[in-house]
Amino acid sequence: MSSARNMIALKSILHKETHRFMRIWVQTLVPPAITISLYFVIFGSLIGSRIGKMGGFDYMAFIVPGLIMMSVITNSYSNVASSFFSAKWQRNVEEMLVAPVPNWVIVAGYVGGGMARGILVGLIVTIIAMFFTDIQIYNIWVIILTVALTSATFSLGGLINAVYAGSFDDISIIPTFVLTPLTYLGGVFYSISLLPEFWQGVSQLNPIVYMVNAFRYGFLGISDVSLTLAFSVLGAFIVTLYAIAMYLITKGIGLRS
Amino acid sequence: MSKALDITGLKKTYKGGFQALKGIDLSVNQGDFFALLGPNGAGKSTTIGIITSLVNKSEGQVKVFGYDIDSDLETAKSHIGLVPQEFNFNQFESLTKILVNQAGYYGVERATAHQRAEKYLKQLDLWDKRDNAARMLSGGMKRRLMIARALMHEPQILILDEPTAGVDIELRRSMWEFLRELNKQGITIILTTHYLEEAEMLCRNIAIIDSGVIVENTDMKSLLAKLDMETFVLDLKAGSPAPQIQGFCSRVIDDHTLEVDVRKSQRINDVFQQLSEQNIDVQSMRNKSNRLEELFVSLVGSGEQEGEK
Ligand SMILES: Nc1ncnc2c1ncn2[C@@H]1O[C@H](COP(=O)(O)OP(=O)(O)O)[C@@H](O)[C@H]1O
Ligand SMILES: [Mg+2]
Repeated sequence: MSSARNMIALKSILHKETHRFMRIWVQTLVPPAITISLYFVIFGSLIGSRIGKMGGFDYMAFIVPGLIMMSVITNSYSNVASSFFSAKWQRNVEEMLVAPVPNWVIVAGYVGGGMARGILVGLIVTIIAMFFTDIQIYNIWVIILTVALTSATFSLGGLINAVYAGSFDDISIIPTFVLTPLTYLGGVFYSISLLPEFWQGVSQLNPIVYMVNAFRYGFLGISDVSLTLAFSVLGAFIVTLYAIAMYLITKGIGLRS
Repeated sequence: MSKALDITGLKKTYKGGFQALKGIDLSVNQGDFFALLGPNGAGKSTTIGIITSLVNKSEGQVKVFGYDIDSDLETAKSHIGLVPQEFNFNQFESLTKILVNQAGYYGVERATAHQRAEKYLKQLDLWDKRDNAARMLSGGMKRRLMIARALMHEPQILILDEPTAGVDIELRRSMWEFLRELNKQGITIILTTHYLEEAEMLCRNIAIIDSGVIVENTDMKSLLAKLDMETFVLDLKAGSPAPQIQGFCSRVIDDHTLEVDVRKSQRINDVFQQLSEQNIDVQSMRNKSNRLEELFVSLVGSGEQEGEK
C-alpha cells in the first residue's frame, strides 16, 4: 500500500521536475545547444581541421563524445541545484516535507529530473553534432550506461550543493570553480596520453576523465582508461553521493529548523 | 472519544538558544474546532511546525490520531492538511499543477486529483484562475489556494496558521463560512490567530499561548464568561462577621479579605448594599489583577496596530 503511494509520489516529483525545465526551455535547453554549436564550429571545423588526427580519429569526431558529456554534466548538475534551491527559497519544498514522502523518494525524484534534463540535452547536442560530423556508434550499451551513471552522479552533486546553498550565488560556485576546470582538464579536447607522465597521473584523480573516456569508448572504441575502472569510479561516486544526500535530507539540513 | 491531537511536554529551543516552547500540553478532540490564540512570537507557528514536521522538536511527544510522530511519522502526516502562515507554493506553477502534484505526494492518483482540484477550486472561487501562475493571484486568493491544497488528500485534521492575516473582512467571513462547513462534515479544525474575535466566532475550544507557555486551555464559553467578569478584592475591618452576598460569587480569603466576582451585567452597588445591611465595613477596595485580562489587552492592542498599518 505504502509502496503504491511512494510510486505515485515519485511520479509527481518527476512530473513536476520535467515540467519545470520544459516550461523554461529557453533557459534550460537552448543555451547548451548554442554553446555546443559554437564549440563544434570553432574547435571542430575551424581549428580542428588544422590539428589533424587525435587518437586515430578526426579531431571533430574525437571531441564530440566529450562535448556531449560536458553538456550532460552541466545540465544535470544545474537542473537539480537550481530546482531544489528554488524549492527551498520559495519554501515549496515544504509541500513534500509535510507529506508522507520518504526521503529516498525526494532524492530519487530530483535526481530523476536532473537525469532527464541531462539526457535530453545530450540528445539535442548529439543531433546538432550530426550536422558537423558523422556519428558512429561502437557500443550503444556503454553509451547508455555511461550517460545514465554520469547524469545520476551530477544530479546528486547538484542536490547536495542546493542543500547547503544559502543564496543563488552559492549554486554557481561549484560549477564555476570545480566543474568547469575539471571538465576542461577531463580529456574532452585531448587524449590524456599526450600529457607528460606527471600530469597523466594527476588526471587519474579527475573523475570526469573516466566518464569522458568511457563515453568516447561507446562511440569510437578508444579510451585512455580501462572501462572496468571507469564504471567502478562512477559506481563509487553514486553510492557515496547518494549516502550524503540521504543523510542531509534526513537530518533536514537547511530544511528544518 | 479518540484525540485528533495530543501533545505532551513539548519543548523547542532554536539554534542560538532561544526557547520558543517551554513545555506545552495540548489535546484536541476529534471533530473539534479549536483555536490556538496568542500574540506574535508566542510560539504558535513553532507548535504547528513541530506537528507537521517542518520544525524539529527538542523534547516532548506529539500524537496525531494516536500516531506518534516519532514512530509513525508517515501515518501521522497523512492525516493532516496544513495551511501555513507564509505562502509556500511555487509562484511560477499553475494552480492546477500545484494542487495535483500535492495530491500526488499523498499517493492520490492523477485522475482523482484532477477531479478534486476542480471541486476545491470551484468551491474556493479560484476555478477561473486554474491555469494562471500562482504569483498572479491576490493575497486572499493565494490563501485560498493553500486551503485547497491542504484538502487535496482529504485529511482528517486541517491546521491553519493565521489563515485570515491580511485578508479583508468580507473574504474573511466567507472563509469562516467555508471552514464551518468543513467542520460540520467532520473534519477537525485547528487554527491559530491573534484575533480573539476570530476564535470567538468559530471555535468551540481554545488554548491561549504566551511566550511558549499555555496560559489557558478551556472551552470558548467559559473563557468568554471569565472575560465578562471582574474580580474585586475588598479589605474588611478586622473581626467582621463572615459576609453573605446573594447573587454574587464570593470567596473569604481571611478574616479581613473578601473577593467578589462581578459580571458586567451586575452592579457593584448591590455588593456594598448587602455588606452594609450586614454591618460589615469595607475599608478599601481594589481590582484583582487578571493575567488573562492583561493578556487580552496586549492581544487586542497588537491586533489593532496591525490593522492600522
Ligand atoms: N527559526 C528560528 N530561529 C530562531 N528563533 C525562531 C525561529 N522561528 C521562530 N523563532 C522565535 O520563536 C518565537 C516563536 O515564534 P513563532 O512560533 O513563529 O510565533 P507565533 O507564530 O506565535 O507568532 C519568536 O520569538 C521567534 O522569534
Ligand atoms: Mg506565526
